[in-house]
Amino acid sequence: FYLTPSQVNSILKANEYSFKVPEFDGKNVSSVLGFDSNQLPANAPIEDRRSAATCLQTRGMLLGVFDGHAGCACAQAVSERLFYYIAVSLLPHETLLEIENAVESGRALLPILQWHKHPNDYFSKEASKLYFNSLRTYWQELIDLNSGETTDVREALINAFKRLDNDISLEAQVGDPNSFLNYLVLRVAFSGATACVAHVDGVDLHIANTGDSRAMLGVQEEDGSWSAVNLSYDHNAQNEHEVERVKMEHPKSEEKSLVKQDRLLGLLMPFRAFGDVKFKWSIELQKRVVESGPDQLNDNEYTKFIPPNYHTPPYLTAEPEVIHHKLRPQDKFLVLATDGLWETMHRQDVARIVGEYLTGVHHQQPIAVGGYKVTLGQMHGLLTERRARISSVFEDQNAATHLIRHAVGNNEFGTVDHERLSKMLSLPEELARMYRDDITIIVVQFNSHVIGAY
Amino acid sequence: AVRMFLRLLSDIQWRAAHPKWRRMTGSQRSTSTTAEPHPVSLPAQAQVVICGGGIMGTSVAYHLSKMGLKDIVLLEQGRLAAGTTRFCAGIVSTARPVSIELKMAHYSNKLYQQLEQETGVQTGYMKTGSISLAQTQDRLISLKRIASSLNVMGIPCEIISPKKVLQLHPLINIHDLVGAMYVPEDALVSSANVSLALATAASQNGVQIHERTCVSHVTIQKGRVTGVETDRGRIQCEFFVNCAGQWAYELGHSGEEPVHIPLHACEHFYLLTHPLKEPLSSSLPTIVDPDGRIYIRNWQGGILSGGFEKNPKPLFTEGRNQLEIQNLQEDWDHFGPLLDALLRRMPGLEALQIMQLVNCPESFTPDMRCIMGESPTARGYFVLAGMNSAGISYGGGAGKFLAEWIVNGYPSENVWPLDLKRFGTLQSSRTFLRHRVMEVMPLMCDLKVPRWDFQTGRQLRTSPLYDRLDAQGARWMEKHGFERVKYFVPPGNDLLDLDHSKTFYKPDWFDIVGSEVKCCKEAVCVIDMSSFTKFEISSTGDQALESLQYLFSNDLDVPVGHVVHTGMLNEKGGYENDCSIARLSKRSFFMISPTDQQVHCWAWLKNRLPDDSNLVMEDVTWKYTALNLIGPRAVDVLSELSYAPMTVEHFPSLFCKEMSVGYANGIRVMSITHTGEPGFVLYIPIEYALHVYNEVMNMGQKYGIRNAGYYALRSLRIEKFFAFWGQDLDAFTTPMECGREFQVKLDKGMQFLGQEALWEQKQNGVYKRFTMFILEDHDTDMDLWPWWGEPIFRNGRYVGKTTSSAYSYTLERHVCLGFVHHFDEKTGEELVVTTDFINQGEYEIDIAGQRFQAKAKLYPFSSLFTQRRRKDEVELSGYQRE
Repeated sequence: FYLTPSQVNSILKANEYSFKVPEFDGKNVSSVLGFDSNQLPANAPIEDRRSAATCLQTRGMLLGVFDGHAGCACAQAVSERLFYYIAVSLLPHETLLEIENAVESGRALLPILQWHKHPNDYFSKEASKLYFNSLRTYWQELIDLNSGETTDVREALINAFKRLDNDISLEAQVGDPNSFLNYLVLRVAFSGATACVAHVDGVDLHIANTGDSRAMLGVQEEDGSWSAVNLSYDHNAQNEHEVERVKMEHPKSEEKSLVKQDRLLGLLMPFRAFGDVKFKWSIELQKRVVESGPDQLNDNEYTKFIPPNYHTPPYLTAEPEVIHHKLRPQDKFLVLATDGLWETMHRQDVARIVGEYLTGVHHQQPIAVGGYKVTLGQMHGLLTERRARISSVFEDQNAATHLIRHAVGNNEFGTVDHERLSKMLSLPEELARMYRDDITIIVVQFNSHVIGAY
Repeated sequence: AVRMFLRLLSDIQWRAAHPKWRRMTGSQRSTSTTAEPHPVSLPAQAQVVICGGGIMGTSVAYHLSKMGLKDIVLLEQGRLAAGTTRFCAGIVSTARPVSIELKMAHYSNKLYQQLEQETGVQTGYMKTGSISLAQTQDRLISLKRIASSLNVMGIPCEIISPKKVLQLHPLINIHDLVGAMYVPEDALVSSANVSLALATAASQNGVQIHERTCVSHVTIQKGRVTGVETDRGRIQCEFFVNCAGQWAYELGHSGEEPVHIPLHACEHFYLLTHPLKEPLSSSLPTIVDPDGRIYIRNWQGGILSGGFEKNPKPLFTEGRNQLEIQNLQEDWDHFGPLLDALLRRMPGLEALQIMQLVNCPESFTPDMRCIMGESPTARGYFVLAGMNSAGISYGGGAGKFLAEWIVNGYPSENVWPLDLKRFGTLQSSRTFLRHRVMEVMPLMCDLKVPRWDFQTGRQLRTSPLYDRLDAQGARWMEKHGFERVKYFVPPGNDLLDLDHSKTFYKPDWFDIVGSEVKCCKEAVCVIDMSSFTKFEISSTGDQALESLQYLFSNDLDVPVGHVVHTGMLNEKGGYENDCSIARLSKRSFFMISPTDQQVHCWAWLKNRLPDDSNLVMEDVTWKYTALNLIGPRAVDVLSELSYAPMTVEHFPSLFCKEMSVGYANGIRVMSITHTGEPGFVLYIPIEYALHVYNEVMNMGQKYGIRNAGYYALRSLRIEKFFAFWGQDLDAFTTPMECGREFQVKLDKGMQFLGQEALWEQKQNGVYKRFTMFILEDHDTDMDLWPWWGEPIFRNGRYVGKTTSSAYSYTLERHVCLGFVHHFDEKTGEELVVTTDFINQGEYEIDIAGQRFQAKAKLYPFSSLFTQRRRKDEVELSGYQRE
């Protein structure tokens, strides 16, 4: 059976979200025009998460995609918490003091973040108190540390990533008297998540990446065509530098067992991640926590299982690689996406599809007959297909949705094939994961006028 | 590929066969692009210099030399026939909706047919015939209308069934057709070769042709052309002809005194294919599928097919000049919809191999009609350009008319619809042209329904009351850039949207206009008529009166405060303009004429008034807002507002007085209404317009006043048998032929223009007579409505065409106005038309092939109308303009 085009659309558009940076006095003074995001599940429930927020006490906007594994708990926690850690890391000393004083005296807190969330993007109510306390401890330490130096974005990002991972680990070790919370913090720590986060402030774009999600810049060349610039490196077995790093961090005796079948210790695809304490804690710590933990944890074979050749933990880190890029007028958009997208599409195609979608101009190579033998019928077929491609642009109001449509529905000619799209979307839950991964995409559109004026 | 294609389209052998021409120009046909030496230098002077060596320039040169002019130079910046002419599809089609265009195409066809014999140059002329397809009933109606007018011109033409189409052209898919029109004598030519043949003949008749000579500008002194500056020196000349095609606009603007030629180029695409397996016969008829927006002709055993897409691509807006049109980019994606239409029409062509997609820019004009004639500002500066992609069809005829114009001072037919002077500077904005041609080009294939209004380039000139009227439901049309009200849609009364209101039948505004007409008859209506052209002519002494007495046929030496309706006639007694003139004082006159006369009338008078600094003419069109108060209660409204008695005893008909209305003083009130109904026109200085309008509407309330539009006015004037200039009257119509002898004072004691011709007509009778027809068996609800241009039959024989028509809400019948001729039954010679001839015939009007009985009348009804008028009020029959 086939899904009708409108059924296909309702599936594709179920999670789409768009945000436009509000204008002041008819002008958008931000370097970001807005963003489109969307996700298409393959797992049930989906293990990807996404976040977007504007920093209220400092300038800048934060956007991130998080790809969870071994469950969605870690990705969910990171998507809720990471931006607070980053925002706090960026705050000047006085603001931190002000916030701490407000909490101390029970006054209303200055809001730190303004979230831009799809209704399906939820926050855990139960854990908020716990999470808040950890965050408060972090800023109290920052206040005590008061370096007096201005906050460097790169440092802040790295510190925030590491600190959050540390807190996740600590919370799991300490446990919580509330059994629900206790189980939650353990699930967060024993599952894992990659993170790819962008911080945009004026022309300064920072990408902090941990794992194998990817950030890509869409650049419009002078001739109007589109090209892609990578702003992150995948942390996986395909990245020689990563393999090198992991090997450097462990004794030579482990060299052979460190990376097997392109996986860390033969198990884990990403070489950096949040959570995943099974790759971080010592065997003793793992055993102690699991044994003292709730029964559900003990019943789980996965948590009890110790990776083979586990000699010198930690094998895994959440420390991100940070890339700084000064935005130029030709940098039109940024795509953050989990590996579900990059497995199916080449970045060059992503740049072209999004670029053409955003500019509304379908920059197709003009057809020239030249010396070729082309019949009227062949030309007719070719033109019809090109027009169909354009009409699929107008179907979507969201660049991320448009990209997903291509990622799932593209045929060998690079055009969306409805039949294929329908098949891929109507796969039964248990089969879906075999044909595709969760896909999460954020497309940030830049304001070339503002960028050009810097 | 371009080179090969050029060779294919045009036979380059022709020049070798004509060494004489070759010697004269001294330039070899060569593919090299470097400039070649010009062994023959330019003459220092010539009588006529023609710029442009395309079909238009060569046709003008051909006809001028045929008419005996010897001293002619034709300049071409590149090579002959290398522009649009070379690339155009070469279809000669007579199926044109506008009668003058049809005549030009008919003449062109006859000319091209014998051109090869005359010149020895192969023109590729092939009489293939053409078939215009109809996918809808409405389209078939429009084809039937064209068929009617072709038939009465003696051009064979028939409406055929889809089955017959298949017999004539076996490749056509006919399943979606409702019918078609077959014109068997339409032809194909190689357009470049036709142009070269005309050049050859012209050259043999003494025309000097210089290629690779670029006109930089035209010099004008004291409003006359004096010469041409080129990159090879100056030529003094008496006449200059701008045939520069899509560069005509730029050329017009290159001199110190600009000549505005409103046209703009659009890309035009057509497809060439390799031959079919079984090559198509070269005699296969050309197919025009307007609903699919395409044409298809046979070409070298394959096909040539192009069309007029919905989303045209205008180009050269910034005015770039190019020597020859280089091969512009092929744009297959743009051509896609036309290719769809082609394969739908001829599915068997799928396997046919493509040779090339040709991009050939064409120039288009703001009203889809070509541009010819003399510049209003520079005497001797003539233009022929803007062919709206029908250059080959018009080429011969247009060249002939323009040559006559130069030699005789006027062409042999009424070409006002094509006259350059229908435009002014206001149509010359590049933005306006760019937007308008994007609407015009798709219109080539759109259904031409009555009362079409352009949607682009609007709201340029407006009355100060525009917003007020718009807020009250006004629906607008445009004339000469001025917005005018058609009718007012009452609140809560929704009309059909634009697309659905296109009809050949009863329109959706029928009842709305009916109630406006009723109000004009029974109470009072106000119509904003500010668009009229208004001049003031005054002098220190008697110069104004003396000059006007010579230029106008009626007697203008009337007491101050009187209004005179009069024609502005040419030497042949024909109407150049029809106007109302008020004598404001002994020495000054106020002249009102139709909206589109602004340029023509100004030029006509300027060229004929004595060059005397004591005689001043001023265009005051923009200074006054005109409100027309029509109806029996207009008297009451105006007298209450002015505290002055306005009854006939105090303010007789055809009277003009400055008075106060409300608080505003200095309002020029005239007792004319342009409809034959009682009432007044108020000429209000614009700053008082809103005040006076408000006062009139407030005071009018108790008399049942309402707004009305031009459609109501039109119905009123046509049922009163009032002719109006530009529609019924033209330069080939005299007052004697339209029952206006009373507006001619042959014995006014001094000579006037056209007097002799009128004397002769008075003595010998007229050859056509303006007649009113009341349709007898026409069902207003069910039958097609007449429009204009419908053939008139007397006792079964064709005698003329209608010029306008309207539904008369008083007679509850359709009224058509038109001219009746008397053609000798045997020889076809035109005979004198007498009153008896008119009265003794049985008449029929042909609407799209269906004939309706009509009653002919030479005088308007009088008893039918409730309001009795005094005898002198017959003079109210002014002119009417739409």
